[in-house]
Amino acid sequence: MDIYLLEAILNGVMLGGLLALLALGLNLIFGVIDVVWICYVELVMGGMYAIYWLHAVYAWPFLLACVVAIALVALFGLILHRLIIEPILGSAPINQLLATGGMLFFLQSFATLLFGTDFRNVGIRLPIIELGEIDLSFARLLAFVTALVGALGLYLFLARTYLGTAIRAIAQDREIMGLMGVDQRRIYLITSAIGGGLAGLAACLLVLQYDVHPFIGLTFGPITFMICVLGGLGNMFGGVVAAFLMSQIISIVGFYFSVELSYVLAFVLFIVLIVLRPRGILAR
Amino acid sequence: MTEARIAAAVGLAALVALPFLLQTDSYYLHIVIQVLLLGLIYTAWGFMGRFGLVSLGHGAFMGVGAYTSSLLWNLYGLTPWLGIPAGMALTAVLALIIGYPCFHLKIVGHYFALVTLALGQVVALLIIAARDVTGGSLGMTPRAVGTSWVALQFQNRLQFYFIALALWLAVLGVRAWVSRGMRRAALEAIGEDETAAEAAGIDVLREKLRVFVISAVITAAGGSIFAQYIMYLNPETVAGVGISLQIVFAAIAGGMYSALGPTVGALLTLSLTEFLRVLFGTNFIGAANTIYGILLILFIIFMPRGILGVAERLLERRPRAQTAPAE
Amino acid sequence: MLEVSGLSADYGSFRALFEVSLAVQTGETVAVIGPNGAGKTTLMRVISGMLPPHSGELSFEGRSLAGLTAHRIVELGIAHVPENRRLFPRLTVEENLRMGAYLPSARASFAERLSWAYDHFPRLRERRHQLAGTLSGGEQQMCAIARALMSKPRLLLLDEPSAGLAPLVVQQVFDLVRAIAEEGYTVLIVEQNVQQVLELVDRAYLLEVGRIALAGSAGELRQSEIIRRSYLGL
Repeated sequence: MDIYLLEAILNGVMLGGLLALLALGLNLIFGVIDVVWICYVELVMGGMYAIYWLHAVYAWPFLLACVVAIALVALFGLILHRLIIEPILGSAPINQLLATGGMLFFLQSFATLLFGTDFRNVGIRLPIIELGEIDLSFARLLAFVTALVGALGLYLFLARTYLGTAIRAIAQDREIMGLMGVDQRRIYLITSAIGGGLAGLAACLLVLQYDVHPFIGLTFGPITFMICVLGGLGNMFGGVVAAFLMSQIISIVGFYFSVELSYVLAFVLFIVLIVLRPRGILAR
Repeated sequence: MTEARIAAAVGLAALVALPFLLQTDSYYLHIVIQVLLLGLIYTAWGFMGRFGLVSLGHGAFMGVGAYTSSLLWNLYGLTPWLGIPAGMALTAVLALIIGYPCFHLKIVGHYFALVTLALGQVVALLIIAARDVTGGSLGMTPRAVGTSWVALQFQNRLQFYFIALALWLAVLGVRAWVSRGMRRAALEAIGEDETAAEAAGIDVLREKLRVFVISAVITAAGGSIFAQYIMYLNPETVAGVGISLQIVFAAIAGGMYSALGPTVGALLTLSLTEFLRVLFGTNFIGAANTIYGILLILFIIFMPRGILGVAERLLERRPRAQTAPAE
Repeated sequence: MLEVSGLSADYGSFRALFEVSLAVQTGETVAVIGPNGAGKTTLMRVISGMLPPHSGELSFEGRSLAGLTAHRIVELGIAHVPENRRLFPRLTVEENLRMGAYLPSARASFAERLSWAYDHFPRLRERRHQLAGTLSGGEQQMCAIARALMSKPRLLLLDEPSAGLAPLVVQQVFDLVRAIAEEGYTVLIVEQNVQQVLELVDRAYLLEVGRIALAGSAGELRQSEIIRRSYLGL
């Protein structure tokens, strides 16, 4: 096999880990609260800017900047739910889509206002690992491993803890949660914070590989949504599978043709797969 | 009923007289033309939006329309009179390709919105990718030939004004047609509960496809004319998430359940952009959109029926000349 | 223990309960019987906090329940087994029981409560890792009751436990309720199955179209003409 193709495949796998993390956050929110945060990737952008400012501008240690960023985005998720989602929980799902759409608009523009449209780089250069003739970016590898750890952590949390079980339960029957002694509102807020935290984690990983700019959401947003829909909106495992599938497509097609074309093809594939399996590959 | 008709007649007369009252190179006329053109696009979006079929990718249709007609003119000298219908036809095909599987497989609500969002992105990406032809992110301009009916370009704004006015009125007419009787009832039923509507014998697929294609095609036409008027196209302003969301915001803020609502929304967004530009110059790029974002959120939470919807409800509360018999 | 006085409540846009008054003493087993649509489930939901009342008073162990949300009422010691069981279908039996013990006070003794539950409901132990949605009707009812008991409630509300179950299974469920009552739990049970429930409880109320039509000991109600004619088919 062409050694560079192998490299592309490996890169695809690593990209898949990252996309899976993004999809997990989105699916968590949708699966539990039944709301799509259209602005999810913009939350990631916010996290990236936070890290940039803390580390590149104020010279905080990188890890500290990351931890703070995760906390900030988690807080943002909580506020997003409390102020914007809660008032319209009962109304048509369209309204929720549009409200988060408004937030997307706001975040992109606000970032432009604050930071301008320049691309900013955090300035951390991680080494390239050489395996024979393949070059592996350590940053990518690190992102992949961290994403996996994050996903595993989420899984354990949901499966083994009381809170996690409650979060799974509320997705199945919201009305009787009170009868279990669970404050439904609190669970939603906590879930929103976790969703935000996952976005923050994704920011930490992305910032090592990509420059941040206000419209980075346009690069990752559509593909993340496609992945979620493909895996079945709300189906966390499905999202992970779809993430790896899509990342392979993007990586391999990008290798043979161009990046833009790979996204177009991914979209076409998305349409085809949705036609074959309308509820997603692994529907809920 | 007659009150409304009189008001409409007066309004129409005012609109017709407007360019003669203002100077034809007036800044205000420029705004009004844009309000009409964008207003008709937003109204077309509202065809779908008011029945719960929310598209977050109408920018795609605008882009396809605008780029098709402009490219055909620039590359082949094809008059926009043919170029625009070509763009509309292409858009219709696109809408059918996307719409058929979606509606056939009952992809609704969130799923559908996300598919349209992705569509918008893909069109923008394609335009950028084909940069050799389209100029990519830098945009392109239709080849200018001064005033010419064939090329649909005019130095003087007067002709554009009446073209915009005529189209806007036509779209309102289409809206009335789509809203008539059984068709509207069918779409409302579909919006409420699709399975029930299906059981009641409504051909859900056909109704949705029809309204989707009509909406897309009008948007494409609007996009083309808009590009002709502004004489500049750019994947961000004509395709892409930005314009898609702006369409949604304006339609909702103005009130998509009312006929004139989306146009009011256009007035709102244009005024806001101009106001901000006057106030801040180009120092604060992004200020307008930031405010749009906040306003959209506020509107959704507090005024889901938009400005006109609130106004209408207020008007309904006024005591009428004849009181209805007590129940 | 539980005092309901002059309670009125709405179900959607129409009134379902009209000035209902009843009481349950500690250690008693009390039934509320009546036809479909009488308002029995609405009554349960108001008591457990799922539904806000329109007017009237509700107090538990001397403490007013006015304005309290459901999860606060559970903390006070009232557990509600809703109609149709309402287990979490994609959680296992054990996870459902875990949810029943969500309250901090219950979590502390979860292991002990769990083995108590499995002792009383041996079939659940066999199926502990099975998804609750795949259990049979009778097993689901057992699981739902066990789940409610995980928080060691002082008052157990049972909403139509026999609904949708085969007669043999209904008998098992009622035997179970009897055993629970004998352990000292206070039980308020709402039922359409008049015959069997009157053999189970100490006292009963007849609820018809949102009003209490009859009240008395189980024996008295069994003898009453209304009950015999309309509900026992005699």
